[in-house]
Amino acid sequence: MKANYGYKDGSGEFYITIDTELCDGCTRCVEACPEKVLEVVENELDPLAEELVARVTDEHRKKIKYSCAPCKPTTGPINLPCVQSCEPGAISHSW
Amino acid sequence: MANSESKEYWRWTESRWTNPDLDWKNGEIISAGVDVGSVSTQSVVMVDGEIYCYANMRTGSDSPDSANKSMKWALDGTELPLDNIEYAVGTGYGRVNVPFAKRAITEIACHARGANFMYGPTIRTVLDMGGQDCKAIRCDHRGKVTAFLMNDKCAAGTGRGMEVFADLLQVHINEVGQMSLVDEEPEPVSSTCVVFAKSEAVALLRKGWSKDNVLAAYCGAMAHRVVTLLERLGVEDDFAITGGIAKNIGVVSRIEKELKVTAPEPSIDPQLAGAIGGALFGKALVEKASKK
Repeated sequence: MKANYGYKDGSGEFYITIDTELCDGCTRCVEACPEKVLEVVENELDPLAEELVARVTDEHRKKIKYSCAPCKPTTGPINLPCVQSCEPGAISHSW
Repeated sequence: MANSESKEYWRWTESRWTNPDLDWKNGEIISAGVDVGSVSTQSVVMVDGEIYCYANMRTGSDSPDSANKSMKWALDGTELPLDNIEYAVGTGYGRVNVPFAKRAITEIACHARGANFMYGPTIRTVLDMGGQDCKAIRCDHRGKVTAFLMNDKCAAGTGRGMEVFADLLQVHINEVGQMSLVDEEPEPVSSTCVVFAKSEAVALLRKGWSKDNVLAAYCGAMAHRVVTLLERLGVEDDFAITGGIAKNIGVVSRIEKELKVTAPEPSIDPQLAGAIGGALFGKALVEKASKK
């Protein structure tokens, strides 16, 4: 499942997509994120399953444009710690 | 005069129903789903996966109280005691505040499951237009979520936005959709914000626009707003809409036109989808526990 966390407002679209088929719940992204945007919990969208998957915390979901800003310099290459720490490649950003 | 001023144009019809063909005493698994939304609360009781009774009412300021009240109303006259419900699931915005629920499940999963029950296993895309948010969901033939996107940062494209407009134009909420079907489609108002859309509408009324045209402009804006949400996720046939706005022909027909799809007529009140999904999960969780 592709879970999109974030929002769209007048300034653009800001979504972090987590592919729960790929995510193995290893928690490396949780440790890599300097702003503590991610957490690993039971998959709430599939109540009958018991695997753990990563998601964006409720605290950050509606402000990820700002939470993720320190990792996104306006010039130079963008190397997102969450994306790089994810071995299966389950995390992507829309902006 | 005072009388017409105090009329609540936004107030939609509350309802309850008991299935005359079912007897709960013959059922094996009695499960329930309670969807405490920001605007409305639904309780659905299912006997072996069939709807036995339901109630749909307005959410008050107190979530536990709304959950209790709607369940009490659903069970009214059925003689089914609350304790006989084996598994109750809470869902929606106030899902953690349902006192008698064994588990809280997110409304995204419940709406997909509910739409699967209501419209059949061919449904792949579900648009839930709720009271204060809007969710685009993709699901498989079992109603399991395969992708989702949610907009809950503002009230544009939601039921509450429509209530604001019903109140502004003094048109009853049930009639808004039909009234907005004008011959010539006007330019939509702002789709980013209900408050801005309302100020635009006030300006249009001052310019002499008719109520029909202002409603058409707002329904168009709302449809456009959710279509951009759906396009990001991708729309796969069959497509269905759940939530209160599914009853608004003005918005539904404009979404269908923009996306070039048709949404099936709901056979059950589309506001119930979340609670139906919750009750079905309740049944599945009872079955899962008994297998262990």
